[in-house]
Amino acid sequence: MEYRRREVLGASAAGIAAAVAGCVGSGSEGDEVGVAGEELALATTTSTYDTGLLDEINAAFQERFGTRVAPNAQGTGAAIESARNGNADVILVHARSQEDEFMRDGYGVNRRDLMFNDFVIVGPSDDPAGVGDTEQATAAFEAIANAQAPFVSRGDDSGTHTKELAIWDAAGVEPGGEWYQELGQGMGNTLNNASESESYTLADRGTYLSMQDNVDLEILLQGPIEGGPELLANPYGIMAVNPEIHSNVNYQLAMAYIGFATSPAGQDVISNYTADGQQLFYPEALSEDPNFQQYVPEGWQSEADSE
Amino acid sequence: MSFESIADPTYLRSIGRVSLTVSLTAVLLSTLLSLPIAFAVGFAEFRGKRLITAVINTGMGFPSVVVGLLVLMALSSSGPLGSLELVYTPEAMILSQCVLAAPVITGVALSAVESVDDAVRDAAYGVGGTRADVALITLKEARYGVITGILAGFGRAISEVGSVLIVGGNIAYADGTSKTRTITTAITLETRRGEFETALVLGAVLLALVLLVNGVVMRLGGR
Repeated sequence: MEYRRREVLGASAAGIAAAVAGCVGSGSEGDEVGVAGEELALATTTSTYDTGLLDEINAAFQERFGTRVAPNAQGTGAAIESARNGNADVILVHARSQEDEFMRDGYGVNRRDLMFNDFVIVGPSDDPAGVGDTEQATAAFEAIANAQAPFVSRGDDSGTHTKELAIWDAAGVEPGGEWYQELGQGMGNTLNNASESESYTLADRGTYLSMQDNVDLEILLQGPIEGGPELLANPYGIMAVNPEIHSNVNYQLAMAYIGFATSPAGQDVISNYTADGQQLFYPEALSEDPNFQQYVPEGWQSEADSE
Repeated sequence: MSFESIADPTYLRSIGRVSLTVSLTAVLLSTLLSLPIAFAVGFAEFRGKRLITAVINTGMGFPSVVVGLLVLMALSSSGPLGSLELVYTPEAMILSQCVLAAPVITGVALSAVESVDDAVRDAAYGVGGTRADVALITLKEARYGVITGILAGFGRAISEVGSVLIVGGNIAYADGTSKTRTITTAITLETRRGEFETALVLGAVLLALVLLVNGVVMRLGGR
C-alpha cells in the first residue's frame, strides 16, 4: 500500500487542530434539532451505510422534514434484533426471510420494497477454483468446495451471510474444513480479509464497488444486474417498528421516512448515487406494475389465493 | 473518497469533541467515585481488605466488550433501565467508560496511598496531628500516584472501542456531526471500509489529543 505521506501529515495536523478546537469551542453548534426535537433511530446494514448511500438519503430527508436521522449500521441480523428490543424506529435491511419473520412475529409494520442491487462472487484474479467458468451461483460454490479453495464467510447473521448460506444449501454443500472460515465481521472487513488471504467470498455489489480500489479481488461471477443468475439478487426492504409493541418508538417519523425513501424524490437519490461513476443501488419502490406481494410475507397465502 | 470524510473540519471537530467530552466526563465521575474508596481502603485496617484490593485490581483488567454488553442489556428499551432511553447515546458511553476507568483509578490511587511511607504518618501523628491532618499529609505525598491513576483511567477511557461501539452505536448524522461516533469508533469504520490512510490519520489525531491532555494534567499537577 502506498501512503501519501505529505497528505497524511497535513491531514493529521489539520485534524488535531480541528479536534482541539471542537473541544474547547462553544459546544453548542450542531446541536440544533429538527421537528420538536425529534430524531429518527434507523437500524440498518453496513452495506447501505459504508457505501455512503444512507448519508445522501438522510441528508435529503433532513432537508425536507428538518428531522435528523441517527443511523446505527450493523448486520441485518443485529439490526433486526435491535428493533425487536425497541432500540430503533425504522429498519432498512436485506434478508427477506428474516424480514418476513420479523413481520410475522408482529414487530414490524408497513414493509415496503425499497431498492435492489445484487451479489457478486469475488476472488483472486488467478481464480484457482475456476469460478469464472461457471454460470450459476450454486456451480460456483460447488467449484470452490471441490477445490477446497479458501473461502471467507461473513459469519455474522447479516443479509449477505444469510444469502451465502442459502446458496450453499441450494448447492447441496455443507461448507466446513480449513478452507472455509467464518469471520463474524462486516462486508468491508471481510473483503479486506479475502484480499489479504487470497480467498473467495460473496459480496454485495455496492460495497465491492465502493472498495474496489483498495482490495485485490475480481468479480468472477456476476449477479442479475449484469445478466448473472437470479439467485444472486439482493433486494432491500424497509419497515417501521410496531408502536403497539414498543411504545417508545416514533412511528409517525418512521412512516415519514418510509414515505420519503419510497417517494420519487427518495428513489431519485438512490438511482443517482454512484461510486467511481457506477450506480450502486437500483430503486424498486416505484413501478408501473405495482407489486402488491411486497407487503405479504413470502410463502403466506390468503384463503382467496388457495381456493 | 479517501480523505473526503476527515477533510471536513466539522466532522473531525465533532468526533473529537464527542471523544473528549465522553471520556473526560467519565474520568471526572470515576475520579469522584474512586478517590474516596481508595483513601478509605488505604487508610483503614479491616478484615477482607486484601479481598477488596484483589477485586479492585481484577476490575482494572475487566474486558471492555463485556462491559459494553452488560450496559447494553441494562439500558436496552426492553431492559431494566430501558425507560431512561439511554441506549445509543453519549450518556450510555459515559456509563460504560466509568465502569472501565473507575477500577483503574481506584487501584492506582490505592497503591499510591499505601506506598506512602509509614514514617510520614507516624511523624504527623507525632507532632500532634489529627486524623484529618494525617490524611491531608498522606494525600499530598500520594498526589503524583493519584494523578498517574487518573491519567491511566483517562487512557483506558479514550482509547476504548469495544464497549462504546456496542452501547453507542457509532452514530453520525448525514451532515457530518457526530452523535455517538468517537475517534476510535471512526477508526474501526474507516478500517472496515478499507480506508487505511484515513484511519491512520485519525489514529495520529487521537494520540496527539491524549498527549495534550496528559501534558495539561501533568502541568496542573505541578510536575
